[in-house]
Amino acid sequence: MNRTYLIVKYLFLLAWSTFVVFPFLWALSTSFKDANAVTSGARYIPWLEFEPSTQGWKSLFTSGSQGINIVTPFLNSATVTLTASAISLVLGTLAAYGLSRYQFRAGFVKNSDITFFFISQRIMPPIVLAIPFFLMLREIGALDTILGLVIVYIALLLPIAVWVMIDFFGSIPKELDEMAMIDGCTPAGAFLRVILPNSLAGLVVAGMFCLIFGWNDFFFAFTLTFTKTQLLPVAIVSLNSSVTPWWSLSAFALISVTPLALVAILVERFMSRGSLSGAIR
Amino acid sequence: MLTLENLSTADAKRPLAGLNASFEAGRIYTILGRTGAGKTELLRTLIGLDPIRSGAIRLDGADLLHRPVRARQMAMVYQQFINYPHLNALQNVIFPLRRQNVDKATAVARAREALALVGLSDFETRMPSELSGGQQQRVALARAIVKNARILLMDEPLANLDYKLREQLREEFPRLLHKNVDGVILYTTTEPGEAMQLGDEMVVMHDGKIIAHGDPGDLFDNPPNVEVAQLISDPPISVCDGRIFGGMACFTDGSPARLAGGGLHDGTAVRIGIRPDALAIGGDIAARVTLAEFSGSDTILHLQLPFGQAAMLLDGIHEFQPGHGLDVALDAQSLLLFSQEGANITGRIG
Repeated sequence: MNRTYLIVKYLFLLAWSTFVVFPFLWALSTSFKDANAVTSGARYIPWLEFEPSTQGWKSLFTSGSQGINIVTPFLNSATVTLTASAISLVLGTLAAYGLSRYQFRAGFVKNSDITFFFISQRIMPPIVLAIPFFLMLREIGALDTILGLVIVYIALLLPIAVWVMIDFFGSIPKELDEMAMIDGCTPAGAFLRVILPNSLAGLVVAGMFCLIFGWNDFFFAFTLTFTKTQLLPVAIVSLNSSVTPWWSLSAFALISVTPLALVAILVERFMSRGSLSGAIR
Repeated sequence: MLTLENLSTADAKRPLAGLNASFEAGRIYTILGRTGAGKTELLRTLIGLDPIRSGAIRLDGADLLHRPVRARQMAMVYQQFINYPHLNALQNVIFPLRRQNVDKATAVARAREALALVGLSDFETRMPSELSGGQQQRVALARAIVKNARILLMDEPLANLDYKLREQLREEFPRLLHKNVDGVILYTTTEPGEAMQLGDEMVVMHDGKIIAHGDPGDLFDNPPNVEVAQLISDPPISVCDGRIFGGMACFTDGSPARLAGGGLHDGTAVRIGIRPDALAIGGDIAARVTLAEFSGSDTILHLQLPFGQAAMLLDGIHEFQPGHGLDVALDAQSLLLFSQEGANITGRIG
């Protein structure tokens, strides 16, 4: 019974892992193909079914008609995403802490309304925001700049950070803040010395969401830039020509997904060590 | 000395209404009251977590109201086991000392001493999540004691522990708390036994007011009113209606309670309190069991008597089915007489 159960369990896990990993393996395989290997039917195993070529990878580091140099878009994307995520996380955490611990009231506006206001920014379709963002950035001369994109991404990522962190702070008993103040902390000290160290799990989740949404955004990266500042998702589009270069696109996709995958693996390791586990009874 | 002067709150769940009291250093004050009586609100107000509407809180004559929470020289143990989850037991106890700018070596030494006092020397490096409920509450207690605070507030610290641990800690508390000899200790509880056992003095709260304050034994023997009498007794005192006849209190069926009538006119309605130990098996009063329950090694019988309902406390475990009939006797020395308004007017007949 136990043996059968184990076999079935591992077969299922194997099937599921294959399902999850297969797109990556296919992209990896395709990134080493040339035009003939891509168009002549399904082939998976290099050297046996097709002769591997590094043309797809080389084209990503070559400027001109042979390809596009993705180093600059990669660095741009990294700068914009990391900066906007970090600022959003700091501001979002502070806002969420304030909203979870203090009661605000301005006329009929209460904490729940302010929270909804934050979240509503993500409910709106992006196209609604595109024109105001475009006009505002043009007004301050920040169109097609890293700074402009950072500003816009903060506006987009802040609601995510607030949303995640409000929920997280809600799970930490207020008595912990009170105890810290009884034990000699100022309100800010209680937040920094007690609440923040116990919010690592929430911060990691919020940070991951910010990084994923920031890194993968195409719409605003496309509408608010022209030629000077290009982010990774926009650069990939410029690879398209009359013949779709699947080998370059696959290599590009793998490079694009690698940073987030690495972060996810690191966070998973960190979390599995128990470093983030809370312990509030 | 900690003094409350006409202390009232407005925003708390159970507003405090004009509290006046003085608490001397070196004594343990148990604050007894039902859930919602305002005990926790009083502690939270004292420490500065809840705002007041009017009145004053003074420590040795100095106004505390305008001091922030961290500067009130108080420590608190919550009903929930509140410890810092990211710090181990030793670091938890060191935390308040470091905020007082005590140097690290001294802080570690004092924290180790406090942990030894609560019996957790071998658990210094354990995280709170790795400790049992009782051990977590001991860490919280060590953290409160180590500060040598002027006022130690304990908000039903045993409420969330299982029976055995509660008994064990209750026995240890007098020794642990008397280490805080320089401070005022306020200890809230809903259990009369705990309040009597731990308190040098007892304060009884009801509906956001202090309704009695004094020596636990005196309050038990001579409660000032029916609320205190009911709160201070476990199982609670039973209260039956009665009237004054011939200068004596009688039950509604005409049987005499053998209590002096408190100077009231004949026919005046009164309330007669029957302590659980006032009833005993074997007598001339016919009773019927409505419920039998066990409390530790005692049996509490809820009886229907000719003049009302009353609880009887029996030593040992006795099996009685509801509906069972038995004859009981009433000891007049364990009865109390209250006016209709609830004031204790008990007078013994020699």
